[in-house]
Amino acid sequence: MIVAERKLFDDLYAKASKHKKVLLLGCGTCVTVCMAGGEKEVDILDSQLKLASRERGDDFEVTTHTIVRQCDDEFFDEETSRKIAAADAVITLACGVGVQFCSEKYPEKRVYAGVNTVFYGATVEQGLWEERCAGCGECIVDQFAGICPVARCAKSLMNGPCGGSSNGKCEVDKETDCAWALIVKRMKELGTLEELSEITLPKDWSTSRDGGPRRIVHESLRLDEGTKKEG
Amino acid sequence: MKTKSNIERLLEKGEFVVTSECGPPRGSDAEAVRKKGNLLKGVVDGVNVTDNQTSVVRMSSLSSCIILKEMGFDPIWQLVCRDRNRIAIQSDILGAAALGINNLLCLSGDHQSFGDNPKAKNVYDIDSIQLIYTAKTLRDEGKFLGGDEVKGAPMLFIGAAENPFADPFEIRALRLGKKVKAGAEFIQTQCIYNVEKFSKWMEEVRERGLHEKCAILAGVTPLKSAGMAKYMKKNVPGMDVPDSLIERLSAVPKENQAEEGIKICVEMIQQLKEIEGVRGVHIMAIEWEEKVAEIVKAAGLSPRPSA
Ligand code: SF4
Ligand code: SF4
Repeated sequence: MIVAERKLFDDLYAKASKHKKVLLLGCGTCVTVCMAGGEKEVDILDSQLKLASRERGDDFEVTTHTIVRQCDDEFFDEETSRKIAAADAVITLACGVGVQFCSEKYPEKRVYAGVNTVFYGATVEQGLWEERCAGCGECIVDQFAGICPVARCAKSLMNGPCGGSSNGKCEVDKETDCAWALIVKRMKELGTLEELSEITLPKDWSTSRDGGPRRIVHESLRLDEGTKKEG
Repeated sequence: MKTKSNIERLLEKGEFVVTSECGPPRGSDAEAVRKKGNLLKGVVDGVNVTDNQTSVVRMSSLSSCIILKEMGFDPIWQLVCRDRNRIAIQSDILGAAALGINNLLCLSGDHQSFGDNPKAKNVYDIDSIQLIYTAKTLRDEGKFLGGDEVKGAPMLFIGAAENPFADPFEIRALRLGKKVKAGAEFIQTQCIYNVEKFSKWMEEVRERGLHEKCAILAGVTPLKSAGMAKYMKKNVPGMDVPDSLIERLSAVPKENQAEEGIKICVEMIQQLKEIEGVRGVHIMAIEWEEKVAEIVKAAGLSPRPSA
């Protein structure tokens, strides 16, 4: 899933207080799971804003709404559109995709990002999320026993650990596992360590973000010519 | 012999090679480079020039190499993968060769979080092994990574660094083999304080026959004080400083610790020289270049064969 973290309150307050009516728009998918921007977080922010505006004597109104997914047209239903129309500005607590999708759908509306979108990751234990993938567009993770050096090594090294790997930890941060220590351990267990003596040649980054915004088209799933979106 | 490199020539002759290091200044003063150069003139066979070491911005490695070259050195140009993509790397390699640089040391580079610009974006388009491969492809195949023909191949003696003390230990010799396979012809190691562990690593290197395929130059750094030894043990990732060394330095009064550090360094060189497969030493006297001559002499490695 996409993992995000709510922006600092003061930052959001400064944005909200510039308007008369603000809608907090939550998203029910990834950011709900990572507890950054679901219904619960929307309610918390709502109370915080109301309390602070009363204390600071600022006069603005806050309303809330959460939809299943902000990256999908079908969930922006009539009720949502009505609530957005009634507000001067929207703070969406969806990931960066949701923020953009919402702005595209309501171009006349001021839309703010309420969270910082950080990575594609997994819930490792309760309250702990970790990055696992960088969406490089050409998955080579099975070459490394299922541990991705692109996303998990601080230098995206493809041919083994740097000289800073120490006691299983990364040179960048003693709390972070060295991806290569994990790869070596796992490949040793699998008895495939010698496979690492093959040189991995320079990666093709054109499939990654470096190639510009990417698109995936499934012709079989597309609608009739007339209803197709041009892009 | 492929290149005009002084160290390649000496290694081929079977000489025990001595190299040292020069960190470029944090400004544009060429005189600062010359000053360091003067301390090493006639003392060593080659001088490494670091590339924004520990991610602190300094004068460019290549420019500093040129200043040293003008002084008669055969610089070893260090190049890290942190700051350049494959376009800049290939272009700089051609430029360096055009300016008469003969040696290239390929490195990943320290992470930017250690330096004075922790907010920088790193590049790592290619890693250090892919960099070795790139330099070799340009030189021996006469081809760019993209496949086009190079008009005038860059004749550089290609080296790499290796840290025998970094973890995981079981991958280290294998990874060195990979560097050799990619095209590394000489290896400079991380500074060695634990000779025993280094010997164990060398055993593995010999088992894989790598000592015959590349020249291993053992790295040493003289310790200035017990405090420095403790600091390195604690704070430098992948550095192995045995307690016995710290104790030895601590046992000496503070004002004599530097002298003791030099003594330890000289003893270390003598021990390393005896290990089969060690073809030279690389003395990294960080901001202490004035001591290199003394160390080389005390280790019985003076004078150097003339270039
Ligand atoms: S190799 Fe690329 S796609 Fe596969 S896990 Fe890593 S970043 Fe994601
Ligand atoms: S210590 Fe490990 S994870 Fe960190 S940069 Fe080096 S190889 Fe990558």
